[in-house]
Amino acid sequence: MMQKAFVFSSSNPISLQLSTPVTPPVNAVFPELSRGWIASSSPLQPPVLRLRNHQRALPPLLCSASDSATNQQRMASQDGKDPRISKISSAIRVIPDFPKPGILFQDITTLLLDVEAFRDTIDLFVERYRGKDISVVAGIEARGFIFGPPIALAIGAKFVPMRKPNKLPGEVISEEYSLEYGTDKMEMHVGAVQAGDRALIIDDLVATGGTLSAAIRLLERVGVHVVECACVIELPELKGRERLGDTPLFVLVSSA
Amino acid sequence: MSAYRDKDPRIHGIQSKIRVVPDFPKPGIMFQDITTLLLDPKAFKDTVDLFVERYKGKNISVVAGIEARGFIFGPPIALEIGAKFVPLRKPKKLPGKVISEEYVLEYGRDCLEMHVGAVEPGERALVVDDLIATGGTLCAAMNLLERVGAEVVECACVIELPDLKGRERLNGKPLYVLVESH
Repeated sequence: MMQKAFVFSSSNPISLQLSTPVTPPVNAVFPELSRGWIASSSPLQPPVLRLRNHQRALPPLLCSASDSATNQQRMASQDGKDPRISKISSAIRVIPDFPKPGILFQDITTLLLDVEAFRDTIDLFVERYRGKDISVVAGIEARGFIFGPPIALAIGAKFVPMRKPNKLPGEVISEEYSLEYGTDKMEMHVGAVQAGDRALIIDDLVATGGTLSAAIRLLERVGVHVVECACVIELPELKGRERLGDTPLFVLVSSA
Repeated sequence: MSAYRDKDPRIHGIQSKIRVVPDFPKPGIMFQDITTLLLDPKAFKDTVDLFVERYKGKNISVVAGIEARGFIFGPPIALEIGAKFVPLRKPKKLPGKVISEEYVLEYGRDCLEMHVGAVEPGERALVVDDLIATGGTLCAAMNLLERVGAEVVECACVIELPDLKGRERLNGKPLYVLVESH
């Protein structure tokens, strides 16, 4: 399908600035630390299931079930961790005991202070999603608002903010979700997305996956196909990935 | 200074995408909703481009964005002009050591915070938000930056509500907007 992104031709300053001039190797979209993708060769995950999700998530260009064996090999042997990842990872600051004792908070604000690393972060997502017919980037308030819009602009998609209650001024639909204690609510404007839209959901981090799964439900309720969730950081021990059900998750950095 | 007055041809498209929602957050207020602008990739891109064209090559090293809608416009600008992005947040959101600036609301007070060390003395900064009304929030943002020795080059907003005289509240700091709404 001819994307609306025809306005984002090579003469577009945003895409020129953000993408590296060389064509990245196919496996550049599978940075080593985004273990979810490499996990197709992990004993913990049934390889077929992982690749089936993979295929549904993205057009056959990247991965197809019929090629599964070859792809597993390609991904496993691709030890070439994308060189941008370690700079991104080291730019993230860990703050102990925030917001409460015992929690190690992953602070991305220091990443935003590193111009190159921030640009690389966006580039890694844009390289993965450009040309995949994604019409919506949904960003979760508030740190998803930082990463989502640059991605949306570069791939020619709409940006849709998913917000805490009573922030969006127009008519909304709401989805409740569980917190450690109690519940919270996420809202989206009615009419922001259409049935048949293909969406990404962006946040800075996935922990338990509660917020992301609320966002998935909100979008699916109005007939949107959620292609993938994308986060800078995953805390794998909190098993958020499993909470997303059939929706694939792509992350740049895994923090155990 | 506003692109609206300069009549850049992209302005009309941007303005037409902003939705006015009456009686939000309370009766009598005509809320300027930029979420509809974000649904139009071309208009959103034009919005960012207008700021980028103005600020690229001006040695701006910091773009400070005011939570939360300043987080939408600030980062694309920062990335394009090669500046750091610094989020200015409501209290208790930033995890590290912060400095705070209190400011007055219609009823009561609020507070804006910035991470210590995010900005260094002598840096040239922009402050970005979706809209300027009374100018209270922007003023607090400028104060935060100036307290750490940065130079606020300009405040940049998509929309100005000129009747609320926010421009005057900025202590002579320049304000650049794309659209005025009376």
